[in-house]
Amino acid sequence: MTLLLEVTNLCTEFNTRAGLVRAVDGVSLRVSRGECLGVVGESGSGKSVTFASVMGLVRSPGRITHGMIFFDGRELRDMSPDEMRATRGRDIAMTMQDALTALNPALTVGEQLSEVLIAHDETLPAGRAARRVAIRDKCVEMLGLVGIPSPQSRLAQYPHEFSGGMRQRIMIAIALACRPKLLIADEPTTALDVTIQAQVLELISDIRARLGMAVVLITHDLGVVAEHCDRVMVMYAGQVVEEGPTEQVITQPRHPYTRGLLASIPRPAMRGQPLTPINGQVPDLVGLPPQCRFQSRCPMARPECLVEVPMFDAGPDRRARCLRLEDMP
Amino acid sequence: MSLLQVTDLSMHYQGRQSLVQRLSGNPQSVVRAVEGVSLHVEKGEVLGLIGESGCGKSTLGRAILRLHEPTAGKVLFDNSDVTALSPPALKAMRRRMQIIFQDPYASLNPRRTVAEIVGLPLALHGIAMGDKAREITAQVLERVGLRSSQLDRYPHQFSGGQRQRIGIARALVSNPEFIVCDEPVSALDVSIQAQIIALLLELKRELGLTYLFISHDISVIGYLSDRVAVMYLGEIVETGPVAAVLDNPRHPYTQSLLSAVPEIGAKRAKGRVRLQGDLPSPLNPPKGCKFHTRCPLAIPMCQTIVPVVQTLGEGHQAACHRLDEGLSLLDGAR
Repeated sequence: MTLLLEVTNLCTEFNTRAGLVRAVDGVSLRVSRGECLGVVGESGSGKSVTFASVMGLVRSPGRITHGMIFFDGRELRDMSPDEMRATRGRDIAMTMQDALTALNPALTVGEQLSEVLIAHDETLPAGRAARRVAIRDKCVEMLGLVGIPSPQSRLAQYPHEFSGGMRQRIMIAIALACRPKLLIADEPTTALDVTIQAQVLELISDIRARLGMAVVLITHDLGVVAEHCDRVMVMYAGQVVEEGPTEQVITQPRHPYTRGLLASIPRPAMRGQPLTPINGQVPDLVGLPPQCRFQSRCPMARPECLVEVPMFDAGPDRRARCLRLEDMP
Repeated sequence: MSLLQVTDLSMHYQGRQSLVQRLSGNPQSVVRAVEGVSLHVEKGEVLGLIGESGCGKSTLGRAILRLHEPTAGKVLFDNSDVTALSPPALKAMRRRMQIIFQDPYASLNPRRTVAEIVGLPLALHGIAMGDKAREITAQVLERVGLRSSQLDRYPHQFSGGQRQRIGIARALVSNPEFIVCDEPVSALDVSIQAQIIALLLELKRELGLTYLFISHDISVIGYLSDRVAVMYLGEIVETGPVAAVLDNPRHPYTQSLLSAVPEIGAKRAKGRVRLQGDLPSPLNPPKGCKFHTRCPLAIPMCQTIVPVVQTLGEGHQAACHRLDEGLSLLDGAR
């Protein structure tokens, strides 16, 4: 498989009143064509900011301080704003967690879908009337693709007239309108009920297979990752702590945080057995000392963990950020 | 005798009507949030109430405590009829029945200190005042894993998990027997969620508490409940011991709900059922069986006739016309 997205040592900082927050600290990742990468982490782990950085959507007081972002052979950070605008929406698209706030309440669904096509689609015919018909046809096709019944009549409706699951589908339709090579889905199902979540995730997997597009699925739900992603990357306090093929990471985690996360998930099969939560809470990202960020909560921590820990190879295609990698049971 | 016995409880909300609608004589729209629910909770057990958003599970929890005045039905708590209590008697009863809310940000007054928030029930019920109240508050705070030195802090100085601990402390301080836990861990991150679940179970064991645990998360419900009730559009469609309902779900809605949960690790043993469509509006619920619009097993009679509750085994009940045929969506999809 050929490489589509390669991020190397990305750092994104926010200058806040409380001090400098390095929300993304040296993140490196790769996504191959057609692959599905799961990005897991709790709130504040930097997973959304990492991909907002990739999309060039980080705004003041945030800025990317260093790192390289290669997409399809081009460095995105070197692109002019115009080039970036042309790439965004056409080659890489992103869906946001909350579809109700991401969609414009004052425009119909058809208008919002057309915007993307008008901005990016070069295959549209030149004549005005023909163009209008072509755009309309494409909009209907996209709504149909994401499983919205009677798309013709629903194009003229506004976002508030749709249910939560339907709105998420509309956002996916907008993201997919130009057949991007990469879809970044930021918590696409967090706000949805479990039966609707299953529908939306199945839809993304299905379209991915049909269009051969790569997907980055940002989520806090390891279950979702387990069912839909080829590879997974676990983030903690702005850093990647573990990555590898999903099944291996889930069955044999090599970082204590991943282990703790897995042990924290209540399962009906574990009734009566005590849960083993991770103690304490995520450290404040302001003024973090250069040392392992998990050591304050880590059951395996030792004095030597108070140093900056790099990523280590942890088997074929696997890496983890832990000094005690070898001692992991 | 059960600690809590709910019989045919209904909670309807009148829809708002414009003047024109009223003058034109249109019938007022009614949201039937909870419709004829019966359930019981035994002393010392956890009844897990599961359902998707809008199914009426939180409304049911609140109607049981009479935080909302139920439209019809009866709630017996320790043999006294909560729905018939006079206001002072209800207040006295509330000392024994408490609630923990979902949103640890919205459910704590930002302008009150922790001592004031947690101590309020002590004052309200005349349990303790002044230094004595502060002492009890401090003890409860320590019990839920906070420090008594944090008594004079404000909610914004705490993280989400700590705030939920404050909410738990407030529910515990009047020494209740029964607590409605309304999605207490839904707003929390996984690692924090596990801490709160462990705390709730520990408190239950030590203090002999009884919970009605409301959640949309089947894993959480399956982990901590003794019995489970599944709700759909204001009605309970299936109820029973946790093992029976989760391992051998009989109602098609329960089956599809369970099969929609993504699983970690072990390959899915059973097939997956995909429900089509969305939850219908409770303003205009489907006639007959309310699930028939989305049910893959629906037959013509489901559109007109409301299914009655049938007993399937030890405490296991469900309401579906096709139970006797022993059909399972999970088999078909395998």
